[in-house]
Amino acid sequence: MELVTFSLLNGVVYGLLLFMLSSGLTLIFSMMGVLNFAHASVFMLGAYFSYQIGRWIGFWPALVLAPLLCGLVGAAIERYGLRRVHPKGHVAEILFTFGLSYVIAELVIMAWGRNPIENRVPAVIDFPLFQLFGTSYPFYKGLMMAISVGMFTFLYLAFKRTRVGLVIQAALTHPQMVSALGHDVPRLFVLVFAIGSALAGLAGVIGGFALLTEPNMALSLGPIVFVVVVVGGLGSIPGAFIASMLIGIVQTFAVALDYSLLDFMHVVGVTVTRASPFHEVLAIKIAQAAPIIPYLLLVVMLIVRPRGILGTRET
Amino acid sequence: MRRRWHPGWWAAAAVLLAVLPVVPGLESSFSRSILTQMAIAAVFALSYNLLLGQTGLLSFGHAVYFGLGGYAAIHFLRAVNGGLPIPIPFVPLAGAAAGLAFGIVFGALTTRRAGTIFALISLGVGELVYAASLMLPAFFGGEEGVTASRTKAPHWLGLDFSSQIQVYYVIAFWLLVAAFAMHAFMRTPVGRMCNAVRDNPERAEFIGYDPQGVRFIVFAVSAMFAGLAGGLHAINYEIVAAEAVGATRSGVVLLMVYIGGVTHFVGAILGAIVITWLQVSLSDYTSAWLLYLGLFFMAVVLYLPGGLAGLVMLHVPFVRARAMGRVLRAYALGLAPVLAMLLGAITLIEMAYRRSTQPEAGARMKLFWVSMDTSTPWPWLGAALLVAAGYVAWRWISPRVTAAWTIASEEVRVGGARG
Amino acid sequence: MRYNPLACIALATTICAGTAAADFKIAFIDPLSGGAASAGVSAQKHLAFFTDKINAAGGLNGEKITVLSYDNKVSPQESLIMLKKALDEGARIVMQGNGSSVAHAITDAVLKHNERNPGHEVLFFNYAAIDPALTNEKCHFWHFRFDADVDMKMTALTDTIAKDPKIKKVYLINQDYSFGKAVAAAARSMLAAKRPDIQIVGDELHPLQKVQDFSPYVAKIKASGADTVITGNWSNDMLLLFKAGKDAGLRMNWYTYYGGGLGSVPAIGKDGVGMLKHVTEYHNNVFPQMTADEVAFKKRFPDKGDELFYWRLRNTFLLLDAAAKKAKSNDPVKLARALEGMKLDTPVGPMEMRADNHQLLQPLFVSTLSDKTKYDIEGTGLGFVTDAKLDAQSTALPTTCKMQRPPA
Repeated sequence: MELVTFSLLNGVVYGLLLFMLSSGLTLIFSMMGVLNFAHASVFMLGAYFSYQIGRWIGFWPALVLAPLLCGLVGAAIERYGLRRVHPKGHVAEILFTFGLSYVIAELVIMAWGRNPIENRVPAVIDFPLFQLFGTSYPFYKGLMMAISVGMFTFLYLAFKRTRVGLVIQAALTHPQMVSALGHDVPRLFVLVFAIGSALAGLAGVIGGFALLTEPNMALSLGPIVFVVVVVGGLGSIPGAFIASMLIGIVQTFAVALDYSLLDFMHVVGVTVTRASPFHEVLAIKIAQAAPIIPYLLLVVMLIVRPRGILGTRET
Repeated sequence: MRRRWHPGWWAAAAVLLAVLPVVPGLESSFSRSILTQMAIAAVFALSYNLLLGQTGLLSFGHAVYFGLGGYAAIHFLRAVNGGLPIPIPFVPLAGAAAGLAFGIVFGALTTRRAGTIFALISLGVGELVYAASLMLPAFFGGEEGVTASRTKAPHWLGLDFSSQIQVYYVIAFWLLVAAFAMHAFMRTPVGRMCNAVRDNPERAEFIGYDPQGVRFIVFAVSAMFAGLAGGLHAINYEIVAAEAVGATRSGVVLLMVYIGGVTHFVGAILGAIVITWLQVSLSDYTSAWLLYLGLFFMAVVLYLPGGLAGLVMLHVPFVRARAMGRVLRAYALGLAPVLAMLLGAITLIEMAYRRSTQPEAGARMKLFWVSMDTSTPWPWLGAALLVAAGYVAWRWISPRVTAAWTIASEEVRVGGARG
Repeated sequence: MRYNPLACIALATTICAGTAAADFKIAFIDPLSGGAASAGVSAQKHLAFFTDKINAAGGLNGEKITVLSYDNKVSPQESLIMLKKALDEGARIVMQGNGSSVAHAITDAVLKHNERNPGHEVLFFNYAAIDPALTNEKCHFWHFRFDADVDMKMTALTDTIAKDPKIKKVYLINQDYSFGKAVAAAARSMLAAKRPDIQIVGDELHPLQKVQDFSPYVAKIKASGADTVITGNWSNDMLLLFKAGKDAGLRMNWYTYYGGGLGSVPAIGKDGVGMLKHVTEYHNNVFPQMTADEVAFKKRFPDKGDELFYWRLRNTFLLLDAAAKKAKSNDPVKLARALEGMKLDTPVGPMEMRADNHQLLQPLFVSTLSDKTKYDIEGTGLGFVTDAKLDAQSTALPTTCKMQRPPA
């Protein structure tokens, strides 16, 4: 019971972190078709910015300033970089952001060094939130959840209730039509890129405490975020939410399960000896297989239903 | 347009490959290792060029076939160590066979779509195989990887393959064979259809060819040659570990092919040589080499889509129209400002890296034969000034460079019309 | 990637730009960036300190030692590339320690190189890779290990566990590679022999240096009802496990190999007092006063995290120096012959380099974290206190090594 509760809690927190990251990427990918490899890099920048601002000023200002800075970085990437690459096609756009991810990682190394930095949870939020079954749950994880839910609400309200939101919604599914109707789509692109990057930066501020803050951060989380965006479906923020929760919870629960196909076959009455060539594959515990679950899901989804769970279009 | 077979070029290439390791200056064991690494990278890059350059398929997981081929080859080599009477030069074929097999299996699943979806699937497959590699220690060897020995094998023509130069010749031989085979493949009807599918898949379909079928065939062939490269890697290092299928290796081959020049066959080889050299040698001189590589890559994407090979090809018409002299003079004019900007930027970057990654080395450092103390503001100001001055000078000079270029292009055009 | 600058400032008496061919080159191949960098960079500083000492006293048979550093990022493939580079630069000894996975690759490669290039042999000094296989099935003449192996350390830990009647349920959590698996296997067999009543309620293997958030694993440990955890985790894997445990309020006995490594004690903090134990060849409260070497090291590297942690590196260079003097030559084959069987005295007790499998026997300490010690770790106010000391000879275990020596 205790294991299930805490696995659920941890899974929800991880899923919400993924959602914070992927909501921005869904926006960018859906509207512009750009596979933004640099998105996870902006997440990393958020973590580093918040660490630095936290050292100079304090945690609460960092929570506000770091995402703003990341938004500015995103706007600059789109305005001065990607805009020149758009006419050259999708491949060039992807390659541009791919190279950008390397460059941002190196710039981070240039500024803060190659090794993980001591991004400790600030004392002001470092205390247990509640105690359950003898295990305590830290407050900063609760804060993560609250910020995520707040972000979802903000996005929902912003898109459904404001004019700009309506235009962006339309551009998510029919970008050419929106342009034909006279809206300044390039400016819209900059705005969306900035919002997406700010969201990634906010995720970075909190993610920097939960995970290790180091120059490889982007590489470790980047691919999973792509999985979430594609599985959730293009053009759909609720889809991204569902996919991130699904992947977060499944992966966390998987670690807790020490069963393998061999055990399952035992129950059914089939035994496989050690000498059998399939023994090794069947003996893999679900806990060991946890890392491949998201990618398996991605490949299956792309083959079976490329538009994702709630997606409205394919590319 | 008839294309000749260029037998002269191939013969020259063979001679060059044979002679390189005995050229004075390149005789050390270290140089021979680098040449071998470049040869392996060239085979891998050529296989990737089939996908990206010729068929327009952007893949982020091509290292999967390289690595799986490498693993197959190293297991085959272990069997040879155990008594299987196959000499070393034939071991990479096991890698090629594995690459082909996995290319067929994964290709059937993933080549249904092109473009961004294909890129995403390749990314997913790559991460999947990398994550799976740690779950199946019998085949992948876990964290330790799989090792074998190339000397516990039957001797072939009196060679025991214990020395680097013997291994180099085996690998150089396979490079020649693979390059020729891939070049020939591009001239078959399927190969020509690759270009068609890249440029206009809809039209290709209208003519009656199935783009998906073409993509599948190219994918399998490309995976086969990637597996061959993996087999060469296996006999060179005698170890294959999980990062042979990793995302970093996939990324590096993408950089190689794109920087070398996507549209040209030679581009892949050029890219392999340059990037391998950067990885091995530049990393000795500066810790910022990956930053330089990333920036260079972005510059190629933005300004030089044809890559280095494209850059060379751009100037070929000038040479033919004898307008090269004018262009060269213009470049000489622009050299000083560009150098100033580069020197200033490199100094700033190197100083910043020194402070952040090697703090225990102290504040004094030596760059371009000039000694400086990074804790004082003077080197920083000086470098910044250099960049600014260079930029101003460039803005002043660049109209002349562009003018020279335009005149030279005119000469080419006019010369072409006349001739 | 080669980091020469540290070697430069360290060896004030050596010429940096263009090392002379007469130098004795030692190649140091370990992680200098990434998650395990703290261990590698610390060892690099130890190497600089001890080689300087030897050089100040005249060097090895008159040759000055130069250390060439290479960053391998704990990757076996990368390490072999660095090894090739090192051999091309004329290194006569290769030193490595972080990651038995890397050590396996290097020991294979060194053996192959020496077989194929007689006259250009190189020695492999392994200072921290403690998979027992390296001095048993995979032993060879050119490999020397300067750290007690997994089984030797587990003997010490399980002896302490056996004496504690309150321990009833043990959870094993380790990294999924040769070393981690060896720790788990040793724990199982030794506990079964010494305390068959202890129940092993969990045997977890997680990916090496990849897990960022250990809270799912901590939840499992909690759910199993264990009162003790035995783990061989090192570097990031150790300190992140402690961090997740602290977040969840986990109170357990910790029997570790590397619980005192950089960053781990600050991660567990006061929760570890009386609960965290580790087995090492030294800790800074073994003697009532700091030794002269420790004081000099602290003076040269005054950072909070820098202290003379690798006492075994001190032993390594003592042995190398003595071997050079005994062999009267710096030829690797002669050095190896002189090193075999060498016995030396140290402040903590006598030590011996076994001739049969090239494993160093040195005194071992099992110690517990306490808040009442004279010297602390990384400025936390917490330090280790000795529980038990094993002298060198008592740590020896039987070996399956059948060493083949080069003809005299």
